Order: sequence, then C-alpha cells, then structure tokens
Amino acid sequence: MSGEAVRAATLDGSGKDASRRDIRRRLAITLGPLLVSLVLAGCVLLVLGVDPLAYYGFVLDRGLLSPLGVQQTLTRMAPLLFIAAGLIVAFRAGMWNLGGDGQFLLGAVTAAASAPLLVQALPHWLALLVAFLIATSVAMLWSLVPALLRAYQGVNEIITTLMMSFLGVSLANVLVKLLFLDPATTVPQTRTLAVPDRLPRLFETTITSGLVFGLAAIVIVHFVMTRTAFGLKLRTVGANPRAAIHAGLNVPLLTVAVFAISAGLIGIGGAVDIIGIQGNVRADWNPAYGLAVIPVVFLARMNGLAAIAFVFLLSVLSIGGESAARRLGVPQHFTMVLVAIVLITLAIAEYLDHRFNQARKV
Amino acid sequence: MEPIKDHSGPAIVTLDGVTKRFPGIVANDRIDLEIRAGEVHVLLGENGAGKSTLIGMLSGLQQPDEGRILVDGREMPIRSPSHALSLGIGTVFQHNMLVPTLTVAENLALGGRWWQRPKIAELAARVADISRPLGIEINLAARVSELSLGEQQQVEIVRALLRESRLLILDEATSMLTPQGIAELGALMRRLVERGLAVVFITHKLGEAADFGDRVSVLKLGRKVGEIPPEHLRTRDRAELIDEIVAMMFGRQAGDDAVSVPLRAANDDGLLEVRNLSVTPTADAQGLDAVSLSVGSGEILGIAGIDGNGQKQLAEALAGQRPATGGSVMLAGQPLDDLDVGGRRRQGLRYLTDDRLGEGTVGAFPVSVNYFLKQIGEPPLWRSGIERSGEIVARAQDLTRLYDVRTPAVSTPVGRLSGGNIQKVLIARELADGARAVIFNKPTYGLDLANTLATRQRIRDIAGQGLAVLLISTDLEELLSMCHRIAVISQGRLVGIVPNGAGAGERVGRLMIGLAA
Amino acid sequence: MGGFLSDTFLAALLFGAVTAAVPLLLAGLGEQMSEKAGVLNIGIEGMMITGAYLGFVGAYYSGSFWLGFLTGAAGGIAVAALMALLCVRIGLNQIVIGIALTLGLDGLTALLHHFQFSRSYPRLPAAEVTPIPLLADIPVLGPALFRHHLIVYLAVAMVGIMIWVYRRTQLGLNLQAAGDKPAALDVAGIDVIRTRTVAVLFTGGMAGLGGAYLANVGAGLFIPFITNGAGFLGIVLAMLARGRPLWVLVGALIFGGCLSMTTAAQVAGINIPTDVIQMLPFLVVMAMLVLFGRRASLPAALGIPYERGAR
Repeated sequence: MSGEAVRAATLDGSGKDASRRDIRRRLAITLGPLLVSLVLAGCVLLVLGVDPLAYYGFVLDRGLLSPLGVQQTLTRMAPLLFIAAGLIVAFRAGMWNLGGDGQFLLGAVTAAASAPLLVQALPHWLALLVAFLIATSVAMLWSLVPALLRAYQGVNEIITTLMMSFLGVSLANVLVKLLFLDPATTVPQTRTLAVPDRLPRLFETTITSGLVFGLAAIVIVHFVMTRTAFGLKLRTVGANPRAAIHAGLNVPLLTVAVFAISAGLIGIGGAVDIIGIQGNVRADWNPAYGLAVIPVVFLARMNGLAAIAFVFLLSVLSIGGESAARRLGVPQHFTMVLVAIVLITLAIAEYLDHRFNQARKV
Repeated sequence: MEPIKDHSGPAIVTLDGVTKRFPGIVANDRIDLEIRAGEVHVLLGENGAGKSTLIGMLSGLQQPDEGRILVDGREMPIRSPSHALSLGIGTVFQHNMLVPTLTVAENLALGGRWWQRPKIAELAARVADISRPLGIEINLAARVSELSLGEQQQVEIVRALLRESRLLILDEATSMLTPQGIAELGALMRRLVERGLAVVFITHKLGEAADFGDRVSVLKLGRKVGEIPPEHLRTRDRAELIDEIVAMMFGRQAGDDAVSVPLRAANDDGLLEVRNLSVTPTADAQGLDAVSLSVGSGEILGIAGIDGNGQKQLAEALAGQRPATGGSVMLAGQPLDDLDVGGRRRQGLRYLTDDRLGEGTVGAFPVSVNYFLKQIGEPPLWRSGIERSGEIVARAQDLTRLYDVRTPAVSTPVGRLSGGNIQKVLIARELADGARAVIFNKPTYGLDLANTLATRQRIRDIAGQGLAVLLISTDLEELLSMCHRIAVISQGRLVGIVPNGAGAGERVGRLMIGLAA
Repeated sequence: MGGFLSDTFLAALLFGAVTAAVPLLLAGLGEQMSEKAGVLNIGIEGMMITGAYLGFVGAYYSGSFWLGFLTGAAGGIAVAALMALLCVRIGLNQIVIGIALTLGLDGLTALLHHFQFSRSYPRLPAAEVTPIPLLADIPVLGPALFRHHLIVYLAVAMVGIMIWVYRRTQLGLNLQAAGDKPAALDVAGIDVIRTRTVAVLFTGGMAGLGGAYLANVGAGLFIPFITNGAGFLGIVLAMLARGRPLWVLVGALIFGGCLSMTTAAQVAGINIPTDVIQMLPFLVVMAMLVLFGRRASLPAALGIPYERGAR
C-alpha cells in the first residue's frame, strides 16, 4: 500500500506559498495547545482554591515583567540551554537519553568540588576551564554504560539511562555528604566558590555570562545537526538506522559519540549552574531540570532555535513559579503539571492536524 | 453460443463498481468482479495494479469508497476481518499471518473468545478431518518459526478451512515456493474447488494464471482491463492464453522484453573475484558456506534461488555491510577484505539493495541528500565536514536529469516518490563516480513494466560499458533474459553455475530444487 | 555483632524484603502484560504515584485498607485509560505521553498533598496482618514470610494466575499475538486495539495497587514522589523476565532483599547514608542489564501503534 500512497504525494505542490502556509499552521498548532493547557491547568488551580488569573499574573510579573525577575529568568536559561542542546543531539539521532538529571547533578557536583580548589592553584580562567572539563568528562563517563549497552548489545536506552539517572542523583548526594563536604560549615554542602571567582556577570546586571555560552552551545548544536556531515550522519542514524548501516556508517561508534556529546553538554549545564550561579551544591539538591527540559525539546520539535524560545518560556514559568510558591503558597510542582498538560495537548493537536491534512488531501 | 459444460456454481461474492482511493491515487477504479463457487478465479496484475487493495476490501481490512459488495446476491459491506470470516471469506496473505512465537495449534486457536480455553484436542480432530483428504500433513505441536514457508502456507489454508470458509483468497501464494511446491499448491486448489469452494488466486505470473485458473481477470493500474471466462479459457492452449493475457496487461504485443543478452568478449579475466566467502548464520539470517565466483568485465552473472537462501547475505558480505568469517573478495586484483562499506565503494564496488525504503533511502530526507547518503562528508559536496548546499543541489539536479528521476524538486522527501523513481535514485547513487562492479539485488521487484524494462536495459548498458554485474533475482525469466551465466544458490551454498542458452532454464530449475543439473 | 545474625534480625530482614518486593512485583506483573501485548508503558510511574495518592486518600478517609486498595487500583486504571486512549487508540508516541503522564502526575499528587496534608502529615495505623495458620509459627520463616497483610498473599497468587492466563487461556494467546504479530491477530478476527487496551488497563490497575501498598502498608503515609522510580523498576523486571511471571517474582524479591538489607544494616548500627541504600536496587538492575541485557528481548511490535492495513 505504501508504494501507491507515496506515489500520489508527488503531486503535491511545494512552492513558497505552501511553506508560508506551513509555518502559519505550525504556529497555530503550537500556540493553540499552549492556550488550552493554560486553561486546563487553571482549572486545576481553581480546584485547589487558587485564583488562576491572579496566579498567572503573578508568575508573569515575577518571571518576566519585573527587572529582577527577568534577570533571574535569563540566568536560569543558562543551564537549561545546555541541557536542551544535549537532548537535541540525542533525540535527533533517535536515542532517548532520559538520564539528564543524573548527568546534570554529577557535572554540578564535580564542578562544585573542583572549582574552589582549582582557583587557589591556577589562573582564574584556567581553573574554571579545568573544572568545566572535569564536569564534562564525568557526565560523559556516566553515559558510557547505557551507550555501550545500546551500541553493542541492543539494550533499550530508555531504561538504562533512567536507571543511571537514579544512580547518578544518589551518587551525587553521597559525594556531597561524604567526600566533598565543606568542613567549614555545619550544613552538608560543598565548598563555596567565591562570587568574584564565578563566571562574570553581564554588564551591570545579575545575569550570568553562562547565558551567552548556553546560547552559543545551542546555536552550534543546531548548526552542526543541520549543516554538517557529522550532523547528517547522526540524523541518518536517527531517521533510519538500517539505512545508516547500509550507507557504511559506523553506527555503534556514532551511538557512543551521541551519548558522550549529549551527556557532556548536560554536564556542562550542571557546571554552569554551579560555577556561574549557585557557587556550591547543597546536599539533596536536585532541581530535576533534566526531566523538565525533555518536554521543551519535544515542543520545539528538536529544532535548536525554537528550543531557545521554549527554554525562555520554561524559565519564566519556573522563576515565576518559585516566587509564587513563596508568596502564594502554590508549590512549584504546578509548573510540572502545566508542562505535562502542554505536552499532551500538543501531541493531540499534532495528531488532529495530521488527520485534518489527510482528510483534505483525499 | 456454443454449449459448454459449466461446473461453476452461483456467485458467492460480487463486486459492483468498487472504487478505493488513497491520498492522490485511485487504487481500485470501478471494479466489477464475480467470484463463483467451484472456480479458481485468478486475479492477475503487476505490483501496484491494485490487487492488494482489492484483497484488503474482500477481507475486511479496508472499506470501499464507492460501489457495492454483494455476498450471496445481497448487499453486504464487509466491516472487519472478523466479519469477513463470519461470511465465509478466508484469506491467506502474501506476508504470512501466523504468530512465529506460538505453536501451530495455538495459531489455529487464535480468534476464540478471550474467556475460553483453547480447545486443542478438539482442534486436532478437526484439523485431521480437513487436512487428510487434501493430502496435507500438519504438525500441531511445532512452533511456527520452525516451519518452512510452504508448510506455513498450508497451515494458513487449513486455518481458513477450519473457519468453514467458502471462499479462499490466496495472495501471491507462490512467491515463496519451490517449483515443486507451486505444482502441489495448484493440485490442492483443484481439489478445493472440486469440493465446491471458490478460490481467488492472486499472482503476477502469467504462466500460473494460465495453468491454474478457471477464470482470469486482469488488473492494470487499478482498473480491470479484461476477463477470460472459463468457456473461453478451456478452448485455448497455454501459449495462446499467455499472449492474450500479455496483450491485456501491457497493451502491447508479447515478446517485447525478449531475451537480449549483451555481447561480450568471451576471454575476459575476472574483474570481481570471490573465493570461499563464508558468513556465520544468525537467528534470523541464512549464513554463507564457502561461496566462490568470478564475474568478468562486461559480464552479467545471475544468482538464482528461492528467496531467503543467502542471496541478501551474499550481497551484504560483498559490500562490506555484513562481516565475513572467511574467504576473500578481490576487485581487479585488489583485495577488498580489509575495507569497510565506504572503502569498497570508493574502489568501485557498488551494491544496490532490494529494500529501497527500508535501508536504501531515508524517506524523510530530500532526494538530493539521498543521492549522496553513501558519501557523506566527502569533498566536493562537503568541505571540512560542512555541507555545501549549492554543490549538492547542482549535482543532484544533474543526476536527476541524467537518470530521468521524476520528482517535483530535489528538495522533495524521497519517500514521496514512486517505487520506480526511488529505484532510479538508488541506481544513480550506485553508478555514479567510478563504478566498476555492481551487485543488483532484485532490481525490478515491485516496479511497473515500464520501469522494469528501463532498469533491465540500464543493467545491460552498464555491462556493455565493461562493468561487472552480479544480478540477484528470484525471477528466473528475468535472469534468462539478460545473464551470461546463472549461478544457483541454495541454503547458503552455490550449487552450480549454468551458462545461459538453450535448456538453461530447466537446468537452473533442477538445481533450485536440489537435483543435479 | 551478635544481634546481626540473631533470629529476630533475620526474620525482620526477610519480612522487609517481602514488604519492599510487593510493589515491584505488582508493577512488574502489570507492565509484563502491556509489554507482551506490544505497549511499552513508560507511564507506569505516573499510574503508581496516582495509586499511592488515591490509595492513601481512600484508606485515610474511609478507615479501610481494602477501600484504599480499591481507590488506588481505580486511580491507576484511570491513568491507564488516558494512556490507552492516547497511545493505543490514536497512536501517539508512547515515550512522549509516558513521560508527560509521569511528570504531570508526580506534580499533581505533590500539589494535592501540599494543599491537603502538608500541615498534618497524617499516618495510617499499622496494617493488619493475616498470619497463615501453622506456617506462621515456623521459627524465623514464619514471622518473615507468613505474617503479612492479605494483599501480599494475593500478589504472590497473581504470579500463578498470570502463568495460567499466559499458558492456558485464549486471552494469553491473544496478548502474545498482539505483541508479536498484531496483524495476525486482527485477521483472526480479534480486535488488536481492544486487546492492547485491556493490557494497558490491567497494568494501570496493578501499578495503582502497587502504589497503594507502598503508601498504605509500606510507609503508612503519602509523601510526594514516594514511588521514586519503583514503576521504572517494574519495567526493568518485566524486560528481564521476558514474559515469564515467575521471574518477575524472583527479580522483585532480589530487589526487595537489597532494600531490606541496607535498611537492616542501618538498624544494626552500620552507618550508611540513605542515598547509598537507594542506589542499591538500581545498581543491581544495571548489573543485570550488563550481564543479561542481550537476552532481555522484547516483542517484535513493542512500541509500534497498530494501524489496520498499514504495511
């Protein structure tokens, strides 16, 4: 059947008009579900006895409209952009790296452990660079087992990366509590990187320069995935692994490379969060950015540039949500609920759009 | 009207102006068909003629957009597969519909109400009742994955009969069978219609239509272009019938694609030399056992055999896509054994896969990228790993023109092209830039006649230019029409090589079923 | 050191192993049916947390453990119904929806818990145990294995029931066909979508029950994110057991043993942070995947939505 169906489709025009209509359609099936989700999540708030309009207004105000809020939002984007970049590499190559949380935390913890010591021994820039390298390598190493299992044994990476993520989160906590403990404080946490030793801030603001690195990372990833031979090889593996083998690509090696790059970028995200923003890691700290960014990457349809916009949106929601947790008594978990609802409504919208298109063609 | 004794019974199923559309095409266009008890009704047509769609509607998998289906003379839309079964319509699909991990008995029990216990003992008695008169032996305890394809087909026929089918549809039932198996199936169909069943036999092979049919309907591009009724069929001999069918199918005279083996100098040395090539079998793939062959410059060497006897493994091992455990491959005296797929390709060894969408192309990628899928990163299309879109598009447009690929643009996703045009993309990819020896795996499978003829001519042309061609095909006629020599592969071994010429077909046929040539 | 090997200690260790194993067993048996039928049910974690929350709410307000199990299972089934609608019926991506359900329900239950219980943190009374006559009096093994809540025996009995379903019933055949060759089931006249829907709903019920057990019997209270990956462990158990219920039981007991061992070590005064304890089951999983990963085969059509007539 497919052969016949395929033949037909060649009759479709694909001129400029079509592409403009296409963009408008995509915009509609992205924004529509967003609105529906806000309404649905608002209903959840109503059930909990919270005025949704007041809540959304507060989030918008604190996350976007107030000067301090928007600076916090842009700062929050820095680690999230790295995570998004890492996930795009993996997802585009057809590999479900769901181990972001573990990779992120291990990157963060090793950066937090090494940076305060390194700045005492090395020039500032070199110390931070080495700390970043350590964080990257540890995160990469953490993805090695799932990568090898998938590449050479065909074991489903969804499960292995999830397992390694749970392990990584616990290991990070163990490291903070046992190995990298700051002897000078009573609360279990790592040594604190002094503010002047952290990544510089942008101009006269509190925005970290990590934002610039994050933007650069995701733009580079976008370029590599869309314009280079390496990116094309990864996309081939993702779109049709058998075609990749047929074309002579070394699929196992590429698989390991994809995991390393993906985990490495996420690890850098963790390091940026520490070296640029937090300064130390407290015990049991787990912002769970890894899982939160996965929907964002889906929403952006794995497009790096679109992901920037969605990371911004997520940052507004999470900064505003944290503020609302303190002031309105609505826990940040609400952001998770909202993101999940968006993901589901978007998937349904795409399905309906697909159905509608098919109906029109017939 | 001349009086002819007619053993045909009443019509069981009648199609009246049935039309089925898929996005952009009409798969079945106003088809009228009468299926009568006591008749083997052959539906003949090429791939893409609309046979599968027609079966889909008869078996309840698809619903017609227009027209009526009558069962026993009453209008009766066939809503689902289970509805088709309850109407007495049983189907044996081309791709078998048995669960490989279950036993034969469990497969036969499939379809009972979920709260019931499968009644294996009762089943055994009924299976024996049905299969004995037909001369079929069924091992109920065997796991389906352990049966040969022919045995699996028999299980499916018995399953249809177990459900008290009055109409049995056999979809491309001979494509996986040995010549002997085909003859047995023919005899079985005869016994079934003699017991008053109707059989619909779908095929694209003219000879089978002439040999087995009581009535032949010919489909072409979704339309029924002709029907030969039993009274007419019985008064013609085989050759006449085939000529008549060919005229209906192709709208031209028979013999168009007559045997035309390109000329070549007889004394050429081997260009592609294979010595004792071995591959270990895996769970789902046949191995290779010390295959040796030699293809000269300008020679077309055919590989004949029943599908699944190691043809694909041979092609993949030669291309470097599947690891060989022993033996050597040489191209023009250069050993290729240490080279990977890309290395062998650069040396001039090319492999055109039979699985165009599954592994040959990435459907979602544009035509342009698919031309160069095997040379990603190589200059001049990429420079320092960065793609040069201008170069890629220009080169792709050249190839599109050169190989007559019909596509709206080189930016169109290749998955939207027809099978024939996808094949042209693959041919362009494999023949471009210094091909010296080319392995074709079932190059005309699933193509319409025009593309089949064009592809065969393309292969003859490149052989004429001095390339070595290894042509793997399950279509013996195709091999006889263009090869210089034909090797026969069976269970991973080459069992003989026959020079093409008078009587070659018969000798190859004997080798295929395990007899000496 | 003497206390470390005493009978009471050993009994407590085994008792803990069983208690920790039951939620995993229930989730694993549930997931096994989905996987057999060709649905990779990543949303099981969300079903489990829903079961834990609603199970606790039901038991807390009604005062009845059994009603709690009922509401827990019902909650799991409700989530499964949504999953079946989205992934089985209209064929959306099982991974995307699975993640969304897990994320959203983790968040939603935490949110609800915050508004309902965060001031009081109510606890349930200790679950009533049903000792099995005679067997419960065996030294060490008796108190360890035969003095549990009735639901524990039911969970173990489910293993036998599942073996019977898979081996001896038409439903078992249908499920396996739906996973290995859905088209064959369809042409045999059985609705593939319906068969898979049944499997997903069963998974939801079992996961919900597992969650309710975790909260009500295991912990005696609901706390946000209480399942902490137990659902994912269920997926792993189902993967490694390859369609054989008995192996799910064995795997669940191994994991339960790990959990119990470390808790016991802590009780015995060996100081290990809880994080190390939490790592153990996942370490065991990874070790098992490294050792047996190649053999953790999955049904041919796993994760592929079924569309009639598509080739």
